[in-house]
Amino acid sequence: MTAAKTTSKAKAGKSNADDYLRMYRQMVRIRTFEDNANQLYLSAKMPGLTHMYSGEEAVAVGICEALTDDDRITSTHRGHGHCVAKGADFKQMFCELLGKEEGYCRGKGGSMHIADQSHGNLGANAIVGGSMGIATGSALRAKLQGSDDVTVCFFGDGATAQGLWYEVMNMAALWKLPVIYACENNGYSEYTKTEEIAAGSIMARAEAFGIEAHQVDGQDVLAVNELTQKLVARARKGEGPFFMELTTYRYHGHHVGDINRDYYRSKDEEKEWKDNRDPIVRFRGYLVSEGIATEEEIEAMNAEIETDATDAVAYAEKAPYPPANEVDMHVYAD
Amino acid sequence: MREITLSQAVNEAIAEEMRRDPTVFLMGEDVAEAGTPFKVLSGLVEEFGTERVIDTPISEPGFVGLAVGAAMTGARPVVDLMFGDFIYLVMDQLCNQAAKQHYMSGGKLQVPMVLRTNLGATRRSAAQHSQSLQAIVAHIPGLKVALPSSAYEAKGLMKTAIRDNNPVVIFEDKLMYQDKAPVPEDEYLIPFGEAAVLREGRDITLIGTSSMVQVAGKAADILANEGISAEVIDPRTIVPLDEATLLGSVKKTSRAIVIDEGHQSYGVTAEIASRLNEKAFYHLDAPVLRMGAMDVPVPFSPALEDLTVPTPEKVADAARRLCAGEMIHAA
Repeated sequence: MTAAKTTSKAKAGKSNADDYLRMYRQMVRIRTFEDNANQLYLSAKMPGLTHMYSGEEAVAVGICEALTDDDRITSTHRGHGHCVAKGADFKQMFCELLGKEEGYCRGKGGSMHIADQSHGNLGANAIVGGSMGIATGSALRAKLQGSDDVTVCFFGDGATAQGLWYEVMNMAALWKLPVIYACENNGYSEYTKTEEIAAGSIMARAEAFGIEAHQVDGQDVLAVNELTQKLVARARKGEGPFFMELTTYRYHGHHVGDINRDYYRSKDEEKEWKDNRDPIVRFRGYLVSEGIATEEEIEAMNAEIETDATDAVAYAEKAPYPPANEVDMHVYAD
Repeated sequence: MREITLSQAVNEAIAEEMRRDPTVFLMGEDVAEAGTPFKVLSGLVEEFGTERVIDTPISEPGFVGLAVGAAMTGARPVVDLMFGDFIYLVMDQLCNQAAKQHYMSGGKLQVPMVLRTNLGATRRSAAQHSQSLQAIVAHIPGLKVALPSSAYEAKGLMKTAIRDNNPVVIFEDKLMYQDKAPVPEDEYLIPFGEAAVLREGRDITLIGTSSMVQVAGKAADILANEGISAEVIDPRTIVPLDEATLLGSVKKTSRAIVIDEGHQSYGVTAEIASRLNEKAFYHLDAPVLRMGAMDVPVPFSPALEDLTVPTPEKVADAARRLCAGEMIHAA
């Protein structure tokens, strides 16, 4: 693959080294956020359940680093990674996970509904495939408005079984909408192997609508970023929509409570992905071997992020819940 | 005052709002050159072009989903759902997505969209093109529901709906598209949550929605000939509901019948009757009655279909018995 040109809006003038370090940092921030969220669940401090993004960091970061704050994304039930990668703040995210007033949604959305409009995150969605219409509508809005904003629609392989996707792809292709459908194929549709639920080829489904489809290693943040930059630049010029299938892996179960999962996937398989294909370990090795960062610098960065997360968790634990009079606020907009 | 049809009123309302606000656009099946099967939107594509009057594939969940996304990002889509029965196809986009975004985001996201669709049986269209499903959407917090009963209401409510910052579902009675009513030339809006008292009376309150406002009015005519004075009220929107006007009337007349073309069980009539019973109990001389459509799928045969909906005669008969002190328990 040839080196990607930067888009007209994104990161012009900054060196690659800065971009790479920021990508590494964002991936570690996602992993660290998830480790802390998992601990909150295991120590019974978090209401409800949550779905871990660990293992898929290169997908969210590689894509979101090719976007600006004006570009929009829609996210999924497994959405913390997208949210962090699009620029969200740890404190407001942990507050939301714990149902606190200072959360992104004042505690009313929780893990599966975090939205961060200021960074173009239109929100996670707890209906599998539920945001495909929203993402495509956001792209229609950009086209009607005459802006060159691009919308990325994140969804998993499981969502490719939802009929909505085929309806919106049809319209996106007919009307050349600036939307990129990003399928994070982690191999499992909840507790079922994807090969058991998906007939034929997922790529071919997009191609059937005349949508240009690409497959990329979702554990390689640079490959994801290069491809996304190219597609975003073309989508801005009206050459969209596009489809990307990103092969990746989910380290945890479907959700944090899915601990005993031998019946649908083996520990050996999980070990293989973690030991040999981890996106963070892989990129760290690259940064050191290319002389972009030393081991010491990386350790310092990791430690700083860990401290940020620990502080944010402590802050969120002490933060107040919304007052009772919030319960019927925001049902209707003024 | 000039008289125009309900169809023309809807057309005028949308055209005026599209001229006023460039973020308003229309989408749906056959809305452009065809102007919908009912020809309600004829002429709009000529004025506003295919960029703002968008023909979609037959993909109701898809295009309603697009409207939600466009609304969340600053547009004001007016979505045409060709038949009210197709609401079942779009339930996730309407009830899980559109209705909940504002609340789930703690007030940050808004979905200012209008879903315009229709209701009404007796058009010989059988069970999947004749339903009146307003109760189903009225049950969902976050949606507003308007039920215009004439061309005047259709125009004023549509303009208000387009300017509202929430998802609004408007049901037009598809048998009333050609009915004319006086409609001012000058601009006007009808606020949501303000009922109209169409006829004042002393003995009983008839609360009708949409097509049932006409039924209530005709029932009142029948009753007037018998010396029974019926008050006729049109809530105009059922979410929000103007409880104060309904309660004020019932406290005055001490009797009420609520008439709506949706199925009677678990319906709009049940909700309104229940609120009146809860909040005006000691003012009542008789139980508040519900009169909805029969709890059957709408049959095709005219001989059967006409039996399923409330009629002026049935309403007048029930009112007569209530006023005579008969404690009837079902209409």
